[in-house]
Amino acid sequence: MLGDDSAMPPDLGSLVPADAPVMLIDPRGEAVPHDTYALPSGEALLAAYGALTLSRRVNDQASALVRQGRLAVYPSSHGQEACQVAAAQVLTADDWLFPTYRDTAALVTRGLDPVEVLVLLKGDWHCGYDPYAHKVAPQATPLATQLPHAVGVAHAARLKGEPTVVMALCGDGATSEGDFHEALNFAAVFRAPVVFFVQNNQYAISVPLARQSAAPSLAHKGVGYGVPGIRVDGNDAAALLAVLGAAVARARDGGGPQLVEAHTYRIQAHTNADDASRYRDDDEVGAWLERDPVTRLEAYLTGRGLLTPERAAAGARRADEVAAAMRAGLSRDAEPDPDQLFAHVYATPTPQLVAQAALIADELGRETGD
Amino acid sequence: MTDVEKLTMGQALNRALRDAMAADGSVVVFGEDVGPLGGVFRITDGLTAEFGEARCFDTPLAEAGIVGMAVGMAMNGMRPVVEMQFDAFAYPAFEQVVSHVAKMRNRTRGRVTLPMVIRIPYGGGIGGVEHHCDSSESYYAHTPGLHVVAPSSAADAYGLLRAAIDSSDPVVFLEPKKLYWSREEVALDAGVPGFGTAVVRREGTDATLIAYGPSVPVALEAAALAAQEGRSLQVVDLRTIVPFDDDTVCEAVRSTGRAVVISEASGFASVSSEIVARVTERCFHSLAAPIRRVTGLDIPYPPPKLEAFHLPGADRILDAVDDLQWEES
Repeated sequence: MLGDDSAMPPDLGSLVPADAPVMLIDPRGEAVPHDTYALPSGEALLAAYGALTLSRRVNDQASALVRQGRLAVYPSSHGQEACQVAAAQVLTADDWLFPTYRDTAALVTRGLDPVEVLVLLKGDWHCGYDPYAHKVAPQATPLATQLPHAVGVAHAARLKGEPTVVMALCGDGATSEGDFHEALNFAAVFRAPVVFFVQNNQYAISVPLARQSAAPSLAHKGVGYGVPGIRVDGNDAAALLAVLGAAVARARDGGGPQLVEAHTYRIQAHTNADDASRYRDDDEVGAWLERDPVTRLEAYLTGRGLLTPERAAAGARRADEVAAAMRAGLSRDAEPDPDQLFAHVYATPTPQLVAQAALIADELGRETGD
Repeated sequence: MTDVEKLTMGQALNRALRDAMAADGSVVVFGEDVGPLGGVFRITDGLTAEFGEARCFDTPLAEAGIVGMAVGMAMNGMRPVVEMQFDAFAYPAFEQVVSHVAKMRNRTRGRVTLPMVIRIPYGGGIGGVEHHCDSSESYYAHTPGLHVVAPSSAADAYGLLRAAIDSSDPVVFLEPKKLYWSREEVALDAGVPGFGTAVVRREGTDATLIAYGPSVPVALEAAALAAQEGRSLQVVDLRTIVPFDDDTVCEAVRSTGRAVVISEASGFASVSSEIVARVTERCFHSLAAPIRRVTGLDIPYPPPKLEAFHLPGADRILDAVDDLQWEES
């Protein structure tokens, strides 16, 4: 039930990632054959394309809302949408997703209302959605601290005999944190059904990957823990669906955790508060724009005759509707309710919190002349 | 009372874990060396044998991983009870405790609760070398969202640990390791003391000694010595630091008009400072003298051969009592 003492140590060759990231559709939209992974079905790719265009729109609408003062801040995943979409689409409704602050698009793909998701960045509360409703943990702001939680959810599911798989997201910078390593080690020892999915977008705020790690790749960090590492083109939705889907299936079948590293790029600054021109060139950004995940999948689907103009128009309408709902929902200011400050600290507020709540109520009463 | 046994505090804690695991299949125990070995203090002795490896198991040696995994297991329907091997070895888990264990309920507006217990053998007085004797309660008590418990007797250890495991909120359960071997009669069916209920351990009329965890027996010793000298000292045992029982503590201090707060932890910016502040704010007009503290010194925990100078002892407590501005008689 726990660590499998009888299991032989894994063969090193099964752990070391291949030299080249898995790619199934190249940047021009042409299919590329692969020895291990097959191209997902046309229907799966069309579903991914719909979620990609929606995600792009959600990212750009949220950034616009920051400029309009409706959100305090937004860490955009513009350029990384294929990672976010695939991470959500390979899961069943009973699986769990552990996202970070940059994974809003994954949450929206999972079915959450972007207005609820963005409550955090609007500043109304720390988490605006019910984590149990969609089995999505609160978006983690501290780096890598959510990864041991993902292992715990997976281990509990295994003890209960439930077929849950947990998708745990983090970025390249988070692989330097101790919790990343402890989580991989625990997951490996307990054979917990967790897929650790690193979106390597090349920068931790301003610090480039070369200053973050001297490992051959981030996927290699699994080797020391007995966790197989896999590298995948993070702007190729087809490859991501194939690789993450296989990792989820393997974990569900009792094969234990895997570490998937996607090579992608953060097209925009860390947040609106960041100035990326201080640490990288426009040329570098331009090169990555040519590998854009949305246009890549669009080229493939259009070339195969799978994406009809009607279908593309329907997707655009849907994105328009969601963006309009975001503008409406995030432009409303709820009346701040100070009682909420005390209501959820403990199941039963301590006498000290009851007294402090009365103090605030008294202040408010005097302000309103009650 | 039907079920009275003579138990050490360590045995009472073991019994609480066993009874809680038997009563509720979602209670799981894990940590470093807690499996077949039964923990370095044997508090989890026999649990793996009785309940199986799925219910009581060893983990890799990484405290943030242990507490972080407990958070996830609690999110998914379990009631984890994890052991940090020693007070100072719990510090790697500090970010998990402060940023997640304490905040999850509040972050999610009550949708995600974390019924979990972090057991920490704590405090000094056992001749332990560096990193084995810290009194870390102030760090946890300062963090909203945690309950912080420190029993002083075998009976309370049993009842409070059962209450901690039953709690729907996370509990930092501080076990005074120097009391692990102290033995007393424990009524296992006596019912559990509610969190936030301090208790008067000894009645007295001249001054009130306020203590918790390992300092309670020291306070009782001081009170016994004082009685021989004709001074009547009352002893209050907090039992839970969070929630804090202002009512019992203040009623006691008002009844005597004088108080000394006793704690092994360094005094500066500590639980003992908080107690003095709270009592002063509420009982100022009942006080005949400023409240005194007898605490650990404001130094890193000393090596074993010097710890006697650091720890509050009965003599230092009685000196503080003498200093409470008594009228000349």
